[in-house]
Amino acid sequence: MDNESTLAAQHDPTATADITDTTDQGAEIVDELLIEEISIDGMCGVY
Amino acid sequence: MGVAVQPDAERALADRALALHPRVALRPEPFGALLYHYGTRRLVFLKHPDVVRVVEALRDHATVGDALEACGIASRRHGSFHRALQSLLDSEMLHDRAG
Amino acid sequence: MTALVEQLKGGLDAPICLTWELTYACNLECVHCLSSSGRRDPDELTTAEAKRVLDELHDLQVFYINIGGGEPMIRRDFFELVEYSIGRGIGVKFSTNGAFIDAGKARRLAAMDYLDIQISVDGADAATNDAVRGSGSYATARRAMDHLRDAGFVERNGPFKISVVVTRHNVDQLDEFKALADSYGAQLRVTRLRPSGRGADSWHALHPTNAQQRLIYEWLLAHGDDVLTGDSFFHLNALGDEHLPGLNLCGAGRVVCLIDPVGDVYACPFVIHDEFRAGNVRDVGGFARVWKQSGLFRELREPQSTGACASCGSYDACQGGCMAAKFFTGLPLDGPDPECVGGEGELALSGVAVDATPRPMADHSKPLRPVPVALGRR
Repeated sequence: MDNESTLAAQHDPTATADITDTTDQGAEIVDELLIEEISIDGMCGVY
Repeated sequence: MGVAVQPDAERALADRALALHPRVALRPEPFGALLYHYGTRRLVFLKHPDVVRVVEALRDHATVGDALEACGIASRRHGSFHRALQSLLDSEMLHDRAG
Repeated sequence: MTALVEQLKGGLDAPICLTWELTYACNLECVHCLSSSGRRDPDELTTAEAKRVLDELHDLQVFYINIGGGEPMIRRDFFELVEYSIGRGIGVKFSTNGAFIDAGKARRLAAMDYLDIQISVDGADAATNDAVRGSGSYATARRAMDHLRDAGFVERNGPFKISVVVTRHNVDQLDEFKALADSYGAQLRVTRLRPSGRGADSWHALHPTNAQQRLIYEWLLAHGDDVLTGDSFFHLNALGDEHLPGLNLCGAGRVVCLIDPVGDVYACPFVIHDEFRAGNVRDVGGFARVWKQSGLFRELREPQSTGACASCGSYDACQGGCMAAKFFTGLPLDGPDPECVGGEGELALSGVAVDATPRPMADHSKPLRPVPVALGRR
């Protein structure tokens, strides 16, 4: 819960707050995505 | 309070008045919500109840920053929320409110 | 991404979208028709019944419906239902062979909002296409595309879709299909041939070979951002480390389903068979009750058994393939897909007796008549 980030955060040099939290967590880091886009065409079962 | 110094991009976002784009439907789900844009046909999952609350609160608050405060989002999480909201703005799920 | 897919596998409280076959009537008799269409079923949902279903879908907040058939434009209330759906906030994409899109209809469609159109072709030239879809069907589809272009559909509504079922005979035309779509400002959609409906009879002769499957996989990797697939090729992800765009998710009964012309609800359009029938919209509680409480859908939303695939390192990539492909070729659902890229499906098929494969309960095909192509029908 302390380490929420979007995919963008992994490449965002301004993410200072999250980097601090990340290093405090140690080796095991869980990144929680707040949003995720999926393709409406991207699930099987319709035509 | 300890508001962290925010880079320009994030400060700008924090001061903006945003809302769900009028062509977007928000459908609550057990784990958050689904956003569907009828124009772009994009589909986005809001994966946490907190980000759902913030998105729904945007239209009732003068700025993004106000909405985050009103929803009780801890300052150390604001960066993640800003990035999520920026992404929704970029994909037109959110838009700048007029006036 | 894994966590989201796992949540979707467990099913949503309402579909995200669904396929609705409005009629089994069709002016064509495509060899591989997944719904065995041709003749109208006398028990079709009435206009009023269809509107009640749309009311339910509105309440469930289904975002859009894929209307198909048979040929949906044959229904006299086609426009009435499309407009009713849009009026209730449910977007519409409909799938058509184009026979009923003349210049006037194209203008009417172009003027509608929240509407998308998918035109079916299965060959980049008349010879290849008509061998499967019937004489003149390629010209018909092209005419419809021309009318949509002339009516300015793309400018007003975004790209319409050109949808191709990939077969042994058109897999070397993928570039041409892409060029065709580009020439109209349309978007190409390529989907997998399933042995469903009349496809059961022609599948063995039409489905891509192993070498062609690799071709498809590599072509999709190269064009994945522009080309839609309906995630129907995720069984090919076992071919390499790079995965095709999509969720690798069978959405049947979990996030999508089929409503057929008589109101039967199936897990998806590729399993129109009692084994995958969840209920009927005319039942007490309507569609909503079927979606939320049917035994079949509850089963599908449970974790699925990997069965014979448990020891295969590729299962994460291919998810065991497509249940429709397995069911209609007589294979067990907890085992390899008939087109398993590791060859496990072929092996399993060799043990299946020819007359042991499931047949559709109802066949809406028109009465048999001589078919002027090499592929006949049983």
